[in-house]
Amino acid sequence: MPASQDIQKRKNHYIASFGINFLTHPKQYKHWAIKIEEDIAWLGLNVSESDTLGDGYQLKLNSYDLGVDIELNDAIQRIRFEHPSIRCVIIHSLNERVFCAGANIKMLGYSNHAHKVNFCKFTNETRNAIENATKNSSQTYLCAIQGSCAGGGYELALACDEIYLADDGSSAVSLPELPLLAVLPGTGGLTRLVDKRLVRKDRADFFCTTEEGIKGKRALEWGLVDRIIPASSFAEQVMSRAKEVAAGKNPESAAVGIQFTPLNRSFKENSIDYSHLSITIDRTLSSATFTLHSNHTDLPHDLAGIMSQGSDFWPLLIARELEDAILHMRFNEDQIGTWIFKTSGESTDVLKAESLLKNHESAPVIKEIVLYLERTLKRIDVSARSLIAAIEPGSCFCGILAELALACDQSYMLLGQFDEDERPEAFITLTDFNFGSLRMVNELTRLESRFYGQKELLTAVEESTLNRLDPKTAEELGLVTFTPDDIDWEDELRIAIESRAVFSPDALSGMEANLRFVGPETIESKIFSRLSAWQNWIFQRPNAVGEDGALSLYGSGERPKFQKGRV
Amino acid sequence: MEAQIDYSQLIPNNVGLSSDRKLQRALESWHPKFMNWWQTNGPDSYQENEVYLRTAVSVDKKGWAHFGPVKMPDYRWGIFLAESHEQDKRIKFGEHQGEKVWQEVPAEYRAPLRRLIVTQGDTEPASVEQQRILAATAPSLVDMRNLFQVNVEEARHLWAMVYLLMAHFGRDGREEAEELLQRSSGDPDKPRILGAFNEQTPDWLSFYMFTYFTDRDGKYQLASLTESAFDPLARTCQFMLTEEAHHMHVGETGVARIIQKACDIMNQYKTDDVRRHGGIDLPTLQKYVNFHFSVSEDLFGAEISTNAANYYTQGLKGRYQENRIKDDHRLKDEPYEVSTFRDQKIAKEEVSALTSINERLRDDYIEDCQRGVNRWNKLIKDAGIEFEIKLPHRAFHRQIGTFSSACVAPDGSVISSDQWEEKKLEWLPSQQDHEYVKSLMVQVTEPGKFASWIAAPRIGINSQAIDYEYVRL
Repeated sequence: MPASQDIQKRKNHYIASFGINFLTHPKQYKHWAIKIEEDIAWLGLNVSESDTLGDGYQLKLNSYDLGVDIELNDAIQRIRFEHPSIRCVIIHSLNERVFCAGANIKMLGYSNHAHKVNFCKFTNETRNAIENATKNSSQTYLCAIQGSCAGGGYELALACDEIYLADDGSSAVSLPELPLLAVLPGTGGLTRLVDKRLVRKDRADFFCTTEEGIKGKRALEWGLVDRIIPASSFAEQVMSRAKEVAAGKNPESAAVGIQFTPLNRSFKENSIDYSHLSITIDRTLSSATFTLHSNHTDLPHDLAGIMSQGSDFWPLLIARELEDAILHMRFNEDQIGTWIFKTSGESTDVLKAESLLKNHESAPVIKEIVLYLERTLKRIDVSARSLIAAIEPGSCFCGILAELALACDQSYMLLGQFDEDERPEAFITLTDFNFGSLRMVNELTRLESRFYGQKELLTAVEESTLNRLDPKTAEELGLVTFTPDDIDWEDELRIAIESRAVFSPDALSGMEANLRFVGPETIESKIFSRLSAWQNWIFQRPNAVGEDGALSLYGSGERPKFQKGRV
Repeated sequence: MEAQIDYSQLIPNNVGLSSDRKLQRALESWHPKFMNWWQTNGPDSYQENEVYLRTAVSVDKKGWAHFGPVKMPDYRWGIFLAESHEQDKRIKFGEHQGEKVWQEVPAEYRAPLRRLIVTQGDTEPASVEQQRILAATAPSLVDMRNLFQVNVEEARHLWAMVYLLMAHFGRDGREEAEELLQRSSGDPDKPRILGAFNEQTPDWLSFYMFTYFTDRDGKYQLASLTESAFDPLARTCQFMLTEEAHHMHVGETGVARIIQKACDIMNQYKTDDVRRHGGIDLPTLQKYVNFHFSVSEDLFGAEISTNAANYYTQGLKGRYQENRIKDDHRLKDEPYEVSTFRDQKIAKEEVSALTSINERLRDDYIEDCQRGVNRWNKLIKDAGIEFEIKLPHRAFHRQIGTFSSACVAPDGSVISSDQWEEKKLEWLPSQQDHEYVKSLMVQVTEPGKFASWIAAPRIGINSQAIDYEYVRL
């Protein structure tokens, strides 16, 4: 079969067979192995070639697809929660010849644009979680590279705090995306090279245009790695460095972990139900309504109670359920362009849960729960969906849950009550959690972003902490967009949702991202914005994905033909 | 102060070394390191003994085989490109088909070409290292001389590759040239690039099998590089092939002489128990064939290979005897049949000829291996003995490619992993077999005498007598 036909056939097959589950467990891992030795964890990559998420490719040379990264994400999360006494995590390869060849190119070649971007976004979130654990959880990630380490493999290394490279004459690090595939490294490689590792621009330029990468002494001199180690003493030296790193950390080792129990969820054609989150999908309006429920019945009283409730403790449970739902909706429901956020329950229950978090904030597990909530909310910010909050009687947009409304592009709050509905008028309550614990990728809180450069407005909001803010006050304080009454409510909301469904989804994604992230850039925000802008553009260009583009032809042995004009 | 070395005298060459300052400077720094490598990693002992060696002093018919006694460190490692007989030489295949061949490396292909040259170059010193202790158990002076001949020529092939690196790849090339000397076979810190070249060659049976099967992989790699659009590489490899042919001859005749001896014992003593009379029995020999053939097949890489396809399209590495193949030499829409392993079955499948370049080369290789095996079988038949040496099925004992996950018997039948574990020592040399072969390895240095397990060659080297003192001890 001619190469081009062959590719098309496999491409179609690949897309048709897609449907992704983000829940896994170490016992189900096919690609990673976790080994715990006292306060050090070894996270070994050993990709099983044929256990792919889609068809038409094999995961050769420890290359990865989303399935591999779903396990990594799960592993990072579990090490934080289930093994809080771990102080140092070493990412290494169990394959003798290769550390990691990066994202599987054939998989990228066969997948559609949306999947490529979603894939990059998720892998970025996973790498950010690695840095986040190093920074906030006293779990320092080290990367031990033996064999070749290319593209996404090196980007994984870049997310770690220290990188060690075997000095065996062949182990090398590289970012070959540009010369080989005519695209950019998709998981923050360029940004971390210059912003995090402070590699000089000219050297970074040479490195990123050199397909085979750089090894040994030069890799060290240029700051691409932190140490080079002879192969015969590699494992030993990595271990002894890991012990040093672990010993330099605050022990906190008495900490007991929380085991993640499987999430309860049920999928129907147009709805998904979790224990405290339900989603209904309206396919004609291309929208989904997320309703988060507070927990009235079984909040514990103290830390011991929290520990014994484990992963059923409401703030943790809601983080897990929301995270899973976001990922599911992003990947498996790409036609649903608008997400509407609602809440239901008592604000007092949210406040009770928050005060438990506050009272035990120094306990490692509690710290982790808050960090988890923060990461999950970040996933909402960087989702390419229109976000609308609908704040109605019976809702509990309070503290953590108020962040949902603040994350939205527009918010609607019902003024007064619905006809024949006894429930009191809706209100919003802001708590400490809205003023620093749950930051966006630009390191601002959602309120700081909302009132960027307008200190007096922020101060006014701050002074209203813990007040029941009725629709009128909320509107005056600038916390909601519109406050229609019950006569207009349905129409206004319908128009808001319908109009999102008629606009160009591409233009919406671009506009929303521009408006959501005000203020200065951070490494994290740069990574997402550059992925969205540059990589998205390059991924679409003929030089990458056209018939003669490098990504399309990769693996066929044919040579790309580039359009030479600079744009 | 040391006297200036006249490299044009020391190093026979046809690349204009005496007028190339840049190349001279690079070699001045590399040469002492090479000599140091040869002393420490080359043949153990015998460096001060005169060996009856063939030296190439020029590429013409008269010059390429110059015989005489030489101490190995004084061997004149030369740099030769085969003469170009074609006027207006054109690229034969790939994207650049029909364009003029390149005398300089195009920037776009610098990295892959360097990688090809380094990978090829790395195998040359590796085999010298693998064989360094063999002289101590040489079965005769002729064999010891043949070993040394192979060794100095492999080292010359290193020179050939180093020349290309230094002449065409700037600072990177010089660094790679140094690293070719720093890596070392079996070194845990800096091993050779390809796994097979980090295994020791523990005995002479392995040595002959290696030169027959593994050097033949080298022949096919070199032959496909002689097709390269980068003309200096093509011509360098062309010249290396003449020497490589000799190495395979050493292997083929070495194995043939072992077979001959086994047959002689069987006939003389009317027995199948060859071991009792100090020979290597044919079933043991078959096991070594199984091992070395399968390991060498792996060197061709995976059946479906993007790298190989890219090299082809880019014009860097062609197929075996590209000229003789009747197709468009671009292969965009050409099919090729490869063997695959799916659902526990071996099947044939048509895939793009472009991505199956490796498999095609392996097919050519297998065919070539069979020819020598036929000649061995003729010896056995002529001795009136009923035994046939068979190449195992291509799926047998593979570590790379589609069959790496398969358990397959030498006859090609797919078996379970339990069956494999149970049977493998019937098919591959066991510890006992190795120990037996090792027990035979005793050095014989009296001119004209041979160890118990190997027959004398039919003729001596360069028409010298069999009992000529090929190595002066």
